Amino acid sequence: MSDPKLRISASPYLLGGDSTPRIMWTVVATLVPIVAASVWFFGPSALLIQGAAVLGALLPERFAGRRGTLGDGSAVITGVLLGLTLPPGMPLWMAFLGGFFGVAFGKIIFGGLGQNVFNPALLGRAFLQAAFPVPITTWPATGGDWWALRGDNFALPLMSPQVVDGSTGATPLGLHKFENTSSEIGDLLIGSTSGSLGETCGVLILLCGLFLAWKNYLNWRIPASIFLTVIVFSGVLNLVDGERYPGPLFMLFSGGLMLGAIYMATDMVTSPTTHPGCWIFGAGIGFLVVVIRMWGGLPEGVMYAILFMNAFVPFINRVTRPRVFGARKPPTPSAEAKA
Amino acid sequence: MSTREFFRHGVHPPELKELTAAERIRRIPFPAQVVLPLRQHIGAPAEVLVRPGDRVERGDKIAAANGFVSVPVHASATGVVREISRAPHPDGSYAEAVRIDVDAHSAQVPRARMIPDWRGLDAKQLVAAIQEGGLVGLGGAAFPTHVKLSPPPDQKIDMVVLNGCECEPYLTTDHRTMVEYPERVHLGTRIMMTCLGVDKAVVGIERNKPDAIEAMRATAPSDLDIDIVPLTVKYPQGAEKMLIKAVIDREVPEGGLPMNIGVVVQNVASVATIAEIFETGLPLVERILTVTGHGVRKPRNLIVPVGTMLRDVVAACGGLSDDAAEIIMGGPMMGLAQSSLDTPILKGTSGVVVLNEEQASPRATYPCIRCGHCLDACPVFLDPQHLGSLGLNQEYPSMMEHHLSTCMLCGCCSYVCPSRIPLSHIFGVAKASLRGQGVKV
Repeated sequence: MSDPKLRISASPYLLGGDSTPRIMWTVVATLVPIVAASVWFFGPSALLIQGAAVLGALLPERFAGRRGTLGDGSAVITGVLLGLTLPPGMPLWMAFLGGFFGVAFGKIIFGGLGQNVFNPALLGRAFLQAAFPVPITTWPATGGDWWALRGDNFALPLMSPQVVDGSTGATPLGLHKFENTSSEIGDLLIGSTSGSLGETCGVLILLCGLFLAWKNYLNWRIPASIFLTVIVFSGVLNLVDGERYPGPLFMLFSGGLMLGAIYMATDMVTSPTTHPGCWIFGAGIGFLVVVIRMWGGLPEGVMYAILFMNAFVPFINRVTRPRVFGARKPPTPSAEAKA
Repeated sequence: MSTREFFRHGVHPPELKELTAAERIRRIPFPAQVVLPLRQHIGAPAEVLVRPGDRVERGDKIAAANGFVSVPVHASATGVVREISRAPHPDGSYAEAVRIDVDAHSAQVPRARMIPDWRGLDAKQLVAAIQEGGLVGLGGAAFPTHVKLSPPPDQKIDMVVLNGCECEPYLTTDHRTMVEYPERVHLGTRIMMTCLGVDKAVVGIERNKPDAIEAMRATAPSDLDIDIVPLTVKYPQGAEKMLIKAVIDREVPEGGLPMNIGVVVQNVASVATIAEIFETGLPLVERILTVTGHGVRKPRNLIVPVGTMLRDVVAACGGLSDDAAEIIMGGPMMGLAQSSLDTPILKGTSGVVVLNEEQASPRATYPCIRCGHCLDACPVFLDPQHLGSLGLNQEYPSMMEHHLSTCMLCGCCSYVCPSRIPLSHIFGVAKASLRGQGVKV
């Protein structure tokens, strides 16, 4: 009997069950209910925007990325997340362009998956915010015919979309900032307010986040740290001047904070790898969100807060590396002076 | 019964010990040939004493220790030396080995020899006897036992820690040793403690071996201060540093040895062999070995002569299954895949695991997504993600600055990596390359 052909590979020969595509596609799966909620609130426009953004994200991944990376699901996440940050009435070509820019210039040019510094979805949105400041801040009013498009979705590229008077609403944050009107907390929790597609249903996002945290597909310390910082900081401000500064609950459930804290700040590639790093990273985001919302020129600051903190991730990782087993703590200057 | 767990991180691979956990240890028939490499231990290879054509008896010394950090090699079967040549070594290389044609008609009964009464010997004589017995650590690293038992005079040892964790999946060698030969473990411990002048011993056993804990407790002599500590099941609980942390909460300093904090660690199977040489007078010529995995027909715990070739060991277990694909010596987390069935079992081979096609088929790798799971898994708190990217760029000196030498290649990082980046393999390659340049890692 001849000997069997034997394989030779490196240890360990047993591997854990997770894989990168599984993580990515699980995240996509948890986004489905959130997308469904956006369709429930905003009608077919929501689906069209998401679709355009995903298509825009997939295109550069397919043609400029490495072979076979389309299947890892990361570009789909970028597209869906970008779509969720856009208002439902936006022209589709802009959403498409945002997705394209996010993946092409936010990810591919850095070397593809795992190499980028900034969250690609947010980079795409930042690009849209800079290029088309008006359409990206034009919010349709809630209610009305479910089937009706919420704006000029089919505007041709490079043409100004028509803004129909009377069909626009304001987001809770906008209302607060510019008109000093507050919104009902109940509406905020469920999401029946004006805003971007995924900015509205806080409770649902929170539930999906809990599931991902349980699967260890996101580091719960990041959203926990963001929420804590926002609650403490805005709570103190609210105590100082309740008229001018809204309470913590409003801060948590308005705008893009939920979506940003749970889905964007926790993007594995662009967040710290150490646990203390995650706490610092989250605290930085929470602090900046409150600062921008309260004293900045914009009503919403989650996007810039996350992008800003993304830039610090390599630094945070370096300064928060754990003490190696058995290593002595770095000697204090006084101890060195004595020696 | 409390469970201690003071070491953090680590992973929980499937245990897979049920294949052999209840199998009684049995002897295999003597093979037709044994291959005894001169390098079976850490330190200088032994110096050969025999020539082709010489008759040797089981237990005869065929190669002598070459210096202090070295042990002799003994004939594991009665027969005739056929040749002294290079033979496949489990580490993947070829090494000088003595090949013995085993006498088919021999009863394999060793000639009568004087068995010294260990009680009459002092520490120095005991250590010398243990070295002459060819004893090495049987847990895998094969570090000469007598070296551990003779610490430099400036190192004060106050504790013996016995390793009964056997945290590698599949393996049940230590488990069965504790169940079937607990008295030997206790006697070996006593001898060790005499060598070191220590009066306190602790045994760490993972909780998935309740019968071993039971047997060790039931047989513990009343005049021996030995504490049996059940531990949480976790890999790599049996790594020396992790075990010390878990059972007595001391931390081995980076780059240091357990003796620096007053501890000597020995695996239970090795301790049992210390007792064996003083019971039978026979040096280390055979060992207990788990042969298991889904690629072998009848997984078993065996006593095999050192130098038995893989093919004879596998044959004693019903042979390979049709879908056997990869044969590992050692455990599945840190062991080494073997290319030839002619590779011999060494003193330090703790198990043979045969994986089937499904388990061994290669899996797709992806780019690192910086999920940080490897940092959460690393039992020595390294940053494997960062080390891995340095390693792929062959920036080995930078890896040293990031504590590469602390890495023990346990494989936890590779195990959890969702992108299946072979991190521990990258570190192993880096270490080998640095060693080649004369760097101590």
